[in-house]
Amino acid sequence: MNVRLIVNGRTINVEVTTPLSLLQVLREELGLLGTKDACEQGECGSCSILLNGDLVCSCLVMAADADDLEVTTVEGIGTDGNLHPLQRAFVEHGAVQCGFCTPGFIVAGVHLLDQNPVPTSGEIREALSGNLCRCTGYGGIERAIQSLVEGT
Amino acid sequence: MEIVRPDSVAGVLDALASHPDALVLAGGTDTMVLVNAGALRPEYVISLRHVEDLKAWNARFIGAGVTYARLEESEIAALAELSRTVGSPQIRAAGTLGGNLGTASPAGDALPFLAAVDATIELVSKHGSRTMPWDEFLIGPKQNALEPAEIILGAHLPDDMPWRTAFAKIGVRQAMVISIASVCVTRNEAGETTVALGAVGPTVLRARRAEMMVSAEKDPDEAALDEFQRLVSEESRPITDHRSTAEYRRMAVGVLARRALERCLV
Ligand SMILES: Cc1cc2nc3c(=O)[nH]c(=O)nc-3n(C[C@H](O)[C@H](O)[C@H](O)COP(=O)(O)OP(=O)(O)OC[C@H]3O[C@@H](n4cnc5c(N)ncnc54)[C@H](O)[C@@H]3O)c2cc1C
Ligand code: FES
Ligand code: FES
Repeated sequence: MNVRLIVNGRTINVEVTTPLSLLQVLREELGLLGTKDACEQGECGSCSILLNGDLVCSCLVMAADADDLEVTTVEGIGTDGNLHPLQRAFVEHGAVQCGFCTPGFIVAGVHLLDQNPVPTSGEIREALSGNLCRCTGYGGIERAIQSLVEGT
Repeated sequence: MEIVRPDSVAGVLDALASHPDALVLAGGTDTMVLVNAGALRPEYVISLRHVEDLKAWNARFIGAGVTYARLEESEIAALAELSRTVGSPQIRAAGTLGGNLGTASPAGDALPFLAAVDATIELVSKHGSRTMPWDEFLIGPKQNALEPAEIILGAHLPDDMPWRTAFAKIGVRQAMVISIASVCVTRNEAGETTVALGAVGPTVLRARRAEMMVSAEKDPDEAALDEFQRLVSEESRPITDHRSTAEYRRMAVGVLARRALERCLV
């Protein structure tokens, strides 16, 4: 069946014949490799995207059920040479080590700041509680987000 | 694979009548884990995403399609508390009450709440609707009373909701944990107390003897709280599995129940 996705503002049609996740379609069909594939169980948050503005794990969304919905991936947040302020803050605060978890944290962080421009430290931690970093860069990640809060 | 995405309950029931083996898909947070692991390979999917009727929510009724993200805002303390403990923001934005009832895991965090307030569950099929007490719906570990052509409409709450409610759970870490033990305690003005236990039995349990004992105490003192805790532990029916031991669960559920009760007393 044909599925119409609105990915980062662009309308894209894909053919889906299995109960594949949106994560698989983004990566394998659309070549959007920023959204990472790790646990496929909703545990790690590395596949985080915005679906009609909600922060969700794309591994838990059936691609066919995303027909006509708006999808924002990390590629829709910033691009090479045109980083989002939060991406710049991640670089400046050493919030990136191996970088595998970074796209998921950026999507979750951007979503947080959209919903709540002046989060407390507790609210930042809560908002990131669905994202795991195996290099344990949480301090840097929290400081990167905090830097944008103080700037507002 | 085929998917249909009706915008009404009637549309869902039509699709289900012609495809009794269909997968009913709500937030997908239980279902997609199975699909990704290759344990579930649906040929026909009925998505509830656009069924507005299932998203209805008021003081007396919670539609099956209401997400935890919404329930976090509830004025009922235990309901808001349990919703905040589910998974992560990503899981709460997608996961629904109906999915928790559909999966009927002994560790489902919404279930002790429904049991503690004596909620009734409404199911609908093309033949009409039926409403049953929570303990007739939840019949065993991952087993419920849903018939093939039926869906869960939602949960009805009683008119006289108790004054005080509290939820507590314990897992291996703070965030993103499946309960090793959970409890919901309610207490009304007259002191009548209910206690429901999760993850310490084949399905949610009510600790009836503990309830009776503490309901008779107007202002429970330390000795009464000790006895309450002891009875809750005694009434639990835990097993040992990969998450915890029966012994630990039995001890923990008593402590959790006491703490939740203390929060209802202040
Ligand atoms: C990382 C992670 C963390 C989690 N943490 C928790 C937690 O802390 N506490 C907890 O309780 N659960 C937790 N869960 C489990 C899950 O999120 C919940 O059980 C949730 O309520 C499922 O809802 P859903 O809408 O996503 O269900 P789905 O996956 O869409 O459906 C689950 C089942 O219910 C059926 N179903 C759904 N709606 C209906 C309906 N209206 N009528 C008939 N059948 C229906 C489906 O057919 C399926 O069998 C977690 C899951 C993940 C992946
Ligand atoms: S890959 Fe989706 S949460 Fe881990
Ligand atoms: S930077 Fe390596 S997992 Fe987070």
